[in-house]
Amino acid sequence: MCGIVGLFLKDKSLEPQLGALLTDMLVTMTDRGPDSAGIAIYSEDREGFAKLTVQMNDPAGFEGLGDEMSKALGTDVSVEVKDTHAVIELAEAKLDEARAALAELRPEARIMSQGEVIEIYKEVGLPADVAKRFDIAHQHGTHGIGHTRMATESAVTTLGAHPFSTGADQCLVHNGSLSNHNSLRRKLAREGIKVNTLNDTEVAAAYLTWKMQQGKSLGDALEASLEDLDGFFNFVVGTKDGFGVVRDPISCKPAVMAETDQYVAFGSEYRALVNLPGIEDARVWEPEPATVYFWKH
Amino acid sequence: MQTFDLEANGLRGLNEALQAQSQTTNATAWEVVNPRGSHAVAVGLDAPIEVTVKGSTGYYCAGMNKQATIHVEGSAGPGVAENMMSGTVIVEGDASQYAGATGHGGLLVIKGNASSRCGISMKGIDIVVQGNVGHMSAFMAQKGNLVVCGDAGDALGDSIYEARLFVRGSVKSLGADCVEKEMRPEHLEILADLIERSGVDAKPEEFRRYGSARKLYNFDIDNAY
Repeated sequence: MCGIVGLFLKDKSLEPQLGALLTDMLVTMTDRGPDSAGIAIYSEDREGFAKLTVQMNDPAGFEGLGDEMSKALGTDVSVEVKDTHAVIELAEAKLDEARAALAELRPEARIMSQGEVIEIYKEVGLPADVAKRFDIAHQHGTHGIGHTRMATESAVTTLGAHPFSTGADQCLVHNGSLSNHNSLRRKLAREGIKVNTLNDTEVAAAYLTWKMQQGKSLGDALEASLEDLDGFFNFVVGTKDGFGVVRDPISCKPAVMAETDQYVAFGSEYRALVNLPGIEDARVWEPEPATVYFWKH
Repeated sequence: MQTFDLEANGLRGLNEALQAQSQTTNATAWEVVNPRGSHAVAVGLDAPIEVTVKGSTGYYCAGMNKQATIHVEGSAGPGVAENMMSGTVIVEGDASQYAGATGHGGLLVIKGNASSRCGISMKGIDIVVQGNVGHMSAFMAQKGNLVVCGDAGDALGDSIYEARLFVRGSVKSLGADCVEKEMRPEHLEILADLIERSGVDAKPEEFRRYGSARKLYNFDIDNAY
């Protein structure tokens, strides 16, 4: 069992509240997943800049990193530390160099996300504690996805928590279990796609990355996943300006959606949505099996 | 009228209060406010009382109901009225998966749509859905009636025993051993009664009947792998 929440804002006036709304939704889903929690936040787009969200078990390692990276890259690099994570911001054109420099300067650092707007935070622990450690409640943003994990098939670790990055500004969260992830992992390895953990969802994320590398859109990649992935899944995905949902054909994992003029929201259960503004008058429905839903700004 | 604030007083308090009502209780009308999608609201009741839930509920609302009338003025999460024995459960909105699962008796009315596996393994319950039902509805249904005023999804009545299925709209596909059957006067009578008791707007003549072909009842070497 796991819990998923997602919020895609249409009304800009809600953007300052995104983190607070999402945190409330996430904490409500604690009893679906008390092991670990994670949040992907899509915040404001600074023209010409890009971000890496990086995790280190010992945050002392972030000390001096900004200066060292600035020197290595010959450009200004800012590092904002939040508990075990740090958001590294720099000129977009230097992003690939920055990854290489980081790998050299801090080989123990793990990249959670990269892109123009995305930040991914995830850790082991109760959702309320994880959200507090990263001060998610004060985050502004256009959309966000949260996940509470109750592990069923791989270890409870930071890297086993969701969301998983599927590419620049993209992420995936999952409720369910995949039964063909080992064979798919081997297939992806032959295609040169690296998967770091034994987690099934990471394989799904890698699968989507692979499909998109072949030129498929995210929507088409999700359609293809209905054919190639075996098992139970509710996927919620985020892109720079979009938000998508797909459920497997059996759809035994719960899902509720709500839409108003102000937002589109996803919850594993209706409980997660009850504090959203105007929920009483929202259109509330259960997403259909084997159907890709997608919203875009 | 007894009003119970679920947010203020908690789920255990609600179910204890409702389950404590006797056959001859004077507290026959209850209102539950602030359900906020809670699980297991008004379960295991066994008295002729009326409970109105002012909003939407989560998993297993009105489960194992006996005698009581439970009215959900919102939508219901998975497993509403699961294993109901008798009484009536009315959902104003939609119902999530496996509504009325394994129900032995009573009447479940869903005014909106029901999603997948509605009436799975039903054992005598009557279910009336004003909208559509999702895939695998009435899977392994054994007894009772499922009335669908809208459309039915894939694999309706898969591996069905002796339940009767009535569908007014289209059926996307029939499951294994489920076939369309002749609508005889006694079936129109059953339908007319269910339509009247559930208060839906439909005429018995508009429905088609489906049931078991009874080909899975006995061992057949051609079915073996």
